[in-house]
Amino acid sequence: MATEFHNLQELRHSASLANKVFIQRDYSEGTTCRFQTKFPSELESRIERTLFEDTVKTLNNYYAEAEKIGGQSYLEGCLACTTAYLIFLCMETRYEKVLKKIAKYIQEQNEKIFAPRGLLVTDPIERGMRVIEISIYEDRGSSGSSSGSSSVSGSTAR
Amino acid sequence: MHLGVSESMRECEYSQISTRSSTPMETPYKKRTPKRRKWESFPGRNKFYCNGRIMMAKQTGVFYLTLVLILVTCGLFFTFDCPFLAKQLTPIIPVIGGVLFLFVLGTLLRTSFSDPGVLPRASSDEAADLERQIDVANGSTGYRPPPRTKEVVINGQTVKLKYCFTCKIFRPPRASHCSLCDNCVERFDHHCPWVGNCVGRRNYRFFYMFILSLSFLTIFIFSFVITHIILLSHRRGFLEALKDTPASVLEVVVCFFSIWSIVGLSGFHTYLISSNQTTNEDIKGSWSSKRGKDNYNPYSHGNIFTNCCAALCGPLPPSLIDRRGFIQSDMPQLAPPTNGISMYGATQSQQSHMAAATPLLQQQSSEPVILMASPENGGALPGRTSLILGGPCTSLPLGLPTPPTSTPSLSCHEATDMLPMHGHSHTHNHSHPLQDPVAHHHFLTPEEVPSPPGMLPCGSPMGHSHTMQAGFYNPASQDSLHEDSVRGLVKLSSV
Repeated sequence: MATEFHNLQELRHSASLANKVFIQRDYSEGTTCRFQTKFPSELESRIERTLFEDTVKTLNNYYAEAEKIGGQSYLEGCLACTTAYLIFLCMETRYEKVLKKIAKYIQEQNEKIFAPRGLLVTDPIERGMRVIEISIYEDRGSSGSSSGSSSVSGSTAR
Repeated sequence: MHLGVSESMRECEYSQISTRSSTPMETPYKKRTPKRRKWESFPGRNKFYCNGRIMMAKQTGVFYLTLVLILVTCGLFFTFDCPFLAKQLTPIIPVIGGVLFLFVLGTLLRTSFSDPGVLPRASSDEAADLERQIDVANGSTGYRPPPRTKEVVINGQTVKLKYCFTCKIFRPPRASHCSLCDNCVERFDHHCPWVGNCVGRRNYRFFYMFILSLSFLTIFIFSFVITHIILLSHRRGFLEALKDTPASVLEVVVCFFSIWSIVGLSGFHTYLISSNQTTNEDIKGSWSSKRGKDNYNPYSHGNIFTNCCAALCGPLPPSLIDRRGFIQSDMPQLAPPTNGISMYGATQSQQSHMAAATPLLQQQSSEPVILMASPENGGALPGRTSLILGGPCTSLPLGLPTPPTSTPSLSCHEATDMLPMHGHSHTHNHSHPLQDPVAHHHFLTPEEVPSPPGMLPCGSPMGHSHTMQAGFYNPASQDSLHEDSVRGLVKLSSV
């Protein structure tokens, strides 16, 4: 059943959303933003485990960098306080800069790795930093897959 | 029901559009569809002003009282006491007073107007996925199972994550659902009516700076008004002096009562910051050693200095709710088609994005801490408490440790002028609609994607144009990046 999308053109004409997988947050290190690196079973036939884990780990590293409490963040905080936060009219916070990097990274990953496998990663910021949403696209021409039917039953449970 | 809702939503949207936008609704097939911002369909009980830049709780009466108190007292001080003091002592006094006053006002407005760290509600797909997982774990039953909790070990301490039935998420640690605002707030401290907002992760430092600066301001005004009266009474006698400056009497009274509550509150919050606890946790005694020998605070960094620095100078996360972003009904949903119309609910996009708006000014409260058990909207989750710092008209705490500020006193709030709103340059950037050509609409043709039956179509039907701002980071560009990716996968049809 494994659908192979060799290029985006094929996807263009034949893809339909089959399922969504949600990677939840990992709170074992506190409230800092981390996502679980556990490989979801729905992706087993779709993508290699190492690729997936690398992506999530890189994202975790980015978020750790954004929330790091260290010299630079203190400097930024003190500077902002002394200027009554007016400095943010001209300047981005470090967090925002890192979020931009993350967005770019996710787009690259989507283009290079996920889209050819019929997957799409949504930036967690669009989901309130709760989950990494991975959409699984099916070739319309292929017969209904088990993941497709389970998604229907899941979504109608609302 | 859903289609009915969608119809009424559309009607609301149409009527709104007709007053705001110049785009007539007689041309529904045009690409240029009316844009609604996400704050307009925000599910919580918040009030928004200035087109989504300002966010406050529903009840703001006490906040205006706070503002009036500050403004009046400071106004009286600068008008009646400062001229005398500047002449008799030094002109630096009004200068320092002015600086303090501006700082107090700035932090007050910042606390009041900014997003405290509201967690957006789960999209329907996420909620469905969670439900499925819970059902699998429980074994499906016909009725609602008992309150759902997840346990997680953080730095050696077991912490229970509760499921929020309103927001349909498992709350992150330290988050709590505010029943007044009907939102889950990250690192929820308390809901402060004096500030007219919740105090949470994103505005706690402003709140603290507000009460700290207000303490200094009240002490400053109190001491100099007393000085003024004393100096006057040297010349003319005490009663004559009082008759000369009746305003000073009022100021002394206000400041006297405020000092007790506000200085006490500052002390309490200094303690909280140094031990990295929230008011919520302190009230419940979550990390108190009385609970058990091994009970300790897993979030503390170990020493007071690091805790303080982290709380006050740590990185400020951006807002997750993206109030000024435009609603886009372009997310494909996982549901079988019910009709041929591609109606895409915007609930997902509603909860997406961080706002580019920088946090605004803040404010403080100075009242006893009240613990209230408040039932949640969506379901019976027992034991949910929302922490409210009440004003003089609220009852006293229920035997829980409170700051010494238990006398319901009016806080001495002074203010003269408002600081300008910050962060507008950020928010402005994603308010420039770019009308994209047809190919940029990333929604699927009806036969490709099933339309969701249960979606609240906050977005307009058919096409939605979205802001595409290349080269500048904002939530809209997030969406456009995502959209570009989706475009790569999915056939875009022109409407």
